[in-house]
Amino acid sequence: MHWIILPVVLPALLAPVIGFVMRHDITLARIASVAGTVLLLAIALGLAYMAADGTTHVYRLGNWPAPFGIVLVLDRLSALMVLLTSALALIVLIHAISTGWDARGRHFHALFQFQLMGICGAFLTGDIFNLFVFFEVLLIASYGLMIHSGGKDRMRAGLQYVVMNLAGSTLFLFALGTLYASTGTLNIADLALRVPEIPAEEAALVRVATILLMIVFAVKAALFPVQFWLPASYSNAPAPVAALFAIMTKVGAYAILRVHTTVFGPGSPGTEDLAGTWLFPAAIVTIAIGAFGVLGARRLMPLIAFSVVGSMGTLLVAVAVFSTTATTAALYYMVHSTFAAACLFLIADLVVTRRSGDALQPELPTRQNGLFAALFFAAAIAMAGMPPLSGFLGKLLVLDAIREPGLIGWAWSAILIGSLLTIIGFARAGSVLFWKSTAITVPDAEDGETEDSAASIQSPLATVGQVAPVMLALAVLGGLAIFAGPVSAYLDNTSAQLFDRAGYVEAVLSPVEER
Amino acid sequence: MEIIVASSIGVLTAGGVYLLLRLRTFPVILGLALLSYAVNVFLFASGRLATNLPPVLSPYGDASYTDPLPQALVLTAIVISFGMTAVLVMIGLGAFLEADSDQIDMEPEENGADAANEGSA
Repeated sequence: MHWIILPVVLPALLAPVIGFVMRHDITLARIASVAGTVLLLAIALGLAYMAADGTTHVYRLGNWPAPFGIVLVLDRLSALMVLLTSALALIVLIHAISTGWDARGRHFHALFQFQLMGICGAFLTGDIFNLFVFFEVLLIASYGLMIHSGGKDRMRAGLQYVVMNLAGSTLFLFALGTLYASTGTLNIADLALRVPEIPAEEAALVRVATILLMIVFAVKAALFPVQFWLPASYSNAPAPVAALFAIMTKVGAYAILRVHTTVFGPGSPGTEDLAGTWLFPAAIVTIAIGAFGVLGARRLMPLIAFSVVGSMGTLLVAVAVFSTTATTAALYYMVHSTFAAACLFLIADLVVTRRSGDALQPELPTRQNGLFAALFFAAAIAMAGMPPLSGFLGKLLVLDAIREPGLIGWAWSAILIGSLLTIIGFARAGSVLFWKSTAITVPDAEDGETEDSAASIQSPLATVGQVAPVMLALAVLGGLAIFAGPVSAYLDNTSAQLFDRAGYVEAVLSPVEER
Repeated sequence: MEIIVASSIGVLTAGGVYLLLRLRTFPVILGLALLSYAVNVFLFASGRLATNLPPVLSPYGDASYTDPLPQALVLTAIVISFGMTAVLVMIGLGAFLEADSDQIDMEPEENGADAANEGSA
């Protein structure tokens, strides 16, 4: 049963080989990187199949028993997240290669694989200190990817991103120290055993650790009040990297789900009401910030980045309820919003590279204006939550799952008004980019053969390889909508397993069988 | 001893946060270094303070030992924060050479970009 560690080991072995051996040969690096990612996808499918029967698989490194050794834990949730990561990675990688982004700087593929290693590790680990270590792995790779191909704005946004995340990492360590001092363990299953034993009146330190950890994960998940780094970073990152970062915010949401459900969740007298109480209002404000940002953005990339903030708000509203139905809705919306955000960044990249910049102002239309407009339209209605794509069903599930009297008013009005503002923002952006540009061709042609019109005729046609990743992401979104029944049945089981704390503890802490 | 350790963590953290809020590359790097020192000492203290005790169980029945796990955690944290500081220095240097400014926040940048857009429009 060594399959569980492969999503970590495979990219970890491949990355140095690409970085050292293939650094002068981009073709070779591309082949190795694609092969590795396809293999990762195959492994993730295998793991999802393995986890689908509902058992919690535990991989003990060095066969040390659980609270003492390091464990990787594979249940439905981690299998789903690893599958999501590898599918997204493949889509992003095809885009990066076909648009030539990977050749605009050094070591794209090595960093990409290290990034995948960190993300998969964070999803699979059963130890909260190892969660910190994998966070650092994925962050240090993301620092390199963030400033890939350089440039003034990108370097400055990258510096800001690094500083923000280093401060977050320091906070993570403070939280871990507090948690260890009050419980004496950092294994998630062992914590899930010990934290409920702490009576409510003695839980002050654990409550501090709960909130500190939530702030750390909120930094990753771009939750108010620590969401401010995201628009600057995502809008200045290379587009394929921004698309890959769509999974990074979900790492934060996953960590909140895992830690604040399994360890501090229902059943721990000291901490059970804490996470939801703070998470819910913060998520509502996050939706509002995302919606106003989309409405107020003057450039395309920040507009998409703010729509990511808004979608994280919707996701975390569902997470904050901490019930099985709401978690099912959150997971469905998480899968949807990952592909929707990635799809938007990829199509925006195709459009922006054919224009003078990403400012939302009419310019001469590019060739294939209709194709880009159609793809942008599809991605935008997915993100805004309009039928027929899965965004509609995702938001419907979230709305349906929130029925608590104190929450329903806030959640429904925030999500519905937020969606409306997002639709308006995207409609305005799309009409400026694709419709108004067709209107200005005629008067401009009168001015004689300007450089602009010559440039627009010469703007390169999008190849099949460049459009395919966007189409693929849209196909996933369509598939999610068509197979919403089976998918949400699987996710129902996933969230039931997540809330089955005793089962998780028993599986992880069971004695090692002799081999 | 508790008061010395606690107050030194407090002073280091306060200094680190102050420097972090200066929003210039060099103070921020120093601030993050101070914060990482503070968190390392804090992690040490999370295994309870003890002096002159070995981090291993003695086979001769002497039961007094200090918790070895925080020491392993601190070692990991030191290595990671050291590497991260090096990366931060390089990226900070790159950003300074590219933009000719050591500001961390992007505010003047945005205005400049907008002004350029309006100029071209």
